[in-house]
Amino acid sequence: MHHDLTTPITESQVRALRIDDTVTLQKTLYGIRDATQIAMFDRGRTTRFDLAGHAVIHTAPNVKKVAPSAQDPTGYAPVCIGTTTSARMERFTRPLMQDYGVRLIIGKGGMGAASLAAFGALGGAYLAIIGGTAALETTWIEAIEDVDLDDLNPESLWRFRIRDFGPLRVAMDSHRGSLYDAVDVKARDKRAAVLATLGVKSR
Amino acid sequence: MRIDAKTIEDVAKELYIRALKILPPDVKRGFDRLAASETSSTGQNVLGTMIKNITVAEATDNLLCQDTGIPIYNVTVGRGVEFGGGDGTALKAAIRLGCERATREHPLRSSIVHPLTRKNEHTSCGIGVPVIHIDHADTSEGVKVEMIPKGSGSENNSWLKMALPADGVDAIKTFVVDCVLDAGGKTCPPTIIGVGIGGTADLCVHLAKIAATRALGTECADADGARLESELSEAVNMLGVGPQGLGGDSTAFAVHVELAATHITMNPVAVNMQCHSARRASATITDAGVTYGF
Repeated sequence: MHHDLTTPITESQVRALRIDDTVTLQKTLYGIRDATQIAMFDRGRTTRFDLAGHAVIHTAPNVKKVAPSAQDPTGYAPVCIGTTTSARMERFTRPLMQDYGVRLIIGKGGMGAASLAAFGALGGAYLAIIGGTAALETTWIEAIEDVDLDDLNPESLWRFRIRDFGPLRVAMDSHRGSLYDAVDVKARDKRAAVLATLGVKSR
Repeated sequence: MRIDAKTIEDVAKELYIRALKILPPDVKRGFDRLAASETSSTGQNVLGTMIKNITVAEATDNLLCQDTGIPIYNVTVGRGVEFGGGDGTALKAAIRLGCERATREHPLRSSIVHPLTRKNEHTSCGIGVPVIHIDHADTSEGVKVEMIPKGSGSENNSWLKMALPADGVDAIKTFVVDCVLDAGGKTCPPTIIGVGIGGTADLCVHLAKIAATRALGTECADADGARLESELSEAVNMLGVGPQGLGGDSTAFAVHVELAATHITMNPVAVNMQCHSARRASATITDAGVTYGF
């Protein structure tokens, strides 16, 4: 099933998402990264942005400095914006949802059990974007609307204006569904057979 | 021949940008091969997006991936080459300057920070970075510079095991399969899985990196190593991890093996992976000028 969602979204909208559904996002997307979340959750920094009901993407973009204008109010123009491996930021999923009301996390490679539990308890989902396809994803971003915590650049907290951002795949939902877990269980089930084809004798 | 520092600097700058934008033809062919045999519809879909991205990057003159990586320069110096002042320090300084200029002038995201303070100088340079390897070749004239922007998603999944001689090749095979399972989708599969076997601990890891960044379609110079490559290449794609870890047949383009002799008491094996954005660019500098390739 496909969902076209305009952010911010409600709890019932996120709970309607099921693994293997696809999502296209409209309007606003926040960019966040390791250093941003270390600052927010380990060092007590706060942001002036209201993230309630919003989607964040694990990213640190390539940008260029330009003269501030209506199109580029921050003085930054996008060069290449993609995603990074989400698993490093596992311990920040719950506080991001609990303290800031974030509903959707976009990234690549998947997240773990703590994130899945937070999605279930608080109403959230993980949307898989294809890692390493940033040239394409950049075409879905209209502008960098605002930036906070910019001393952490490029790991600032970015606000992007987006249009037809996707399709993204629901890879973890609020009903304990995780495509990564399903693939991992199946792959580990095949381990013994694969080692046997390699002639490995189990001791 | 004498090569001035400015030429090296310009080449180092140009190579970083080229590597980030144009995927080598062997990797493009690798995608076509995987897409032709992928049986999972999710896998097909993910591969299709990756292939589309290659086209968009070329059409929009943009970077393939947002990760500008850790810059690595591999320099091979042929017979009778002299650099500017005549010593290797000028060569290294020129490469560093070129790397810095690519970052400032394109501009590129500087992905490099001090390991303790995490301070980013916004130059893609720092202590020991760019990584520069200098080797010599008696057979060629001129200088070949290879540039690899090594992405962190794949680099963060790197392993070394000092296995026991008593556990033999079985330990090596088991280790590679377990690394692929542990990596899952985090390394941006389909990957090139680099396996280093033998040597010292540090040489073993370095061999794994050489293997991971070697062109697709090339094989290990040692016959036993080449046989192991083809066995492992087939085996890892039976696991079903698939593109981006979302399931499918295309977990790896290939497993590459590089070997070195080792000690009678040792059986080291290392794994280093290269993501599907298997970027590299090279330039050859001769009396005739600079030629760019992969």
